[in-house]
Amino acid sequence: MEEIRLIEIKEEILSDNKDLADGLRERLSKNGIFMMNLMSSPGGGKTSLILQTIRAMKDDFRIGVIEGDIDSMVDAETVVKEGVSAVQLRTGGFCHLDVPMVTSALDAMDLESLDFVIIENIGNLVCPAEFDTGAHLNAMILSVPEGDDKPLKYPLMFTVCDVLLVNKIDYLKYGEDFDLKVVKERALNLNPEIKIIKISCKTGEGVDEWINWLGDRIVS
Amino acid sequence: MHELPVTESILNIALKHANSNNVERIVSISLRIGELSDLVNEWVQRYFDYLSKDTIAEGAKLDIERSPVVFRCDRCEKSFQVDLKKIKEVICPNCGGKKNTLISGREYYIKNIAVI
Repeated sequence: MEEIRLIEIKEEILSDNKDLADGLRERLSKNGIFMMNLMSSPGGGKTSLILQTIRAMKDDFRIGVIEGDIDSMVDAETVVKEGVSAVQLRTGGFCHLDVPMVTSALDAMDLESLDFVIIENIGNLVCPAEFDTGAHLNAMILSVPEGDDKPLKYPLMFTVCDVLLVNKIDYLKYGEDFDLKVVKERALNLNPEIKIIKISCKTGEGVDEWINWLGDRIVS
Repeated sequence: MHELPVTESILNIALKHANSNNVERIVSISLRIGELSDLVNEWVQRYFDYLSKDTIAEGAKLDIERSPVVFRCDRCEKSFQVDLKKIKEVICPNCGGKKNTLISGREYYIKNIAVI
């Protein structure tokens, strides 16, 4: 019988993407561009938050948006109406964005004319958490109707994000499935560094706090 | 849900090392994947079987070891393991500290390949 031998590898499976992500981050920084990766469940309010962010920041920063979607152009069309540039990435079934996909979108943008790029990732709390996009900041939204158990169900997402936006807080009065205190405890439990901001993209509550916090990150 | 691109990476890394080591066939691949990952072992194997057809890795078995979720207490600096089912209360068993940093449970690692 032929002899079986072991070859030690000890290599990160996603090291290719990680290396590319570090390279992209560096390239963007050199060009004075700050990139944010926004993640949430479908319907969590990613597009609404992006619209609010654009409205509040477009006089201070030149903004570009990368819209990840399985197969539609709806979000890019909505964002372009706000007067910023947008590229729609249709992933054709892929559940997350990775660096090669983000890079292909950036190649289609005029980076010389941008200071701030927002990635709207695919609506999903599972897969986007595993793939570094090359962004400088990872933001996630958890909206009130989704329930306060999400940090327990999707812990990885909460561990990779710098900021958690608790959206649709105007719905807090309707249900008892969402205890803000519990969400804070559960999120901080997984990631003591995570910044938590309450917001309602509909009523505008909390938007100022978000914009101030984000503005400080972009400038520094 | 994203087993396919991950499996593709596993196959590529294994083939790269096999090719530089004069290998006839890859028999098995040992992986270490953190418990926080939602990868489903069975699907990784199925995708692997599909992707590895007509390569020297065809028929290789994936041996997946799940590494536990480990936190380190920010106060007393002791490390401790946390059962995923009990992740809602991460409290340091040594000093009761509630501020803890995740140090393991997210890894995605190929340990070795067994080859002929």
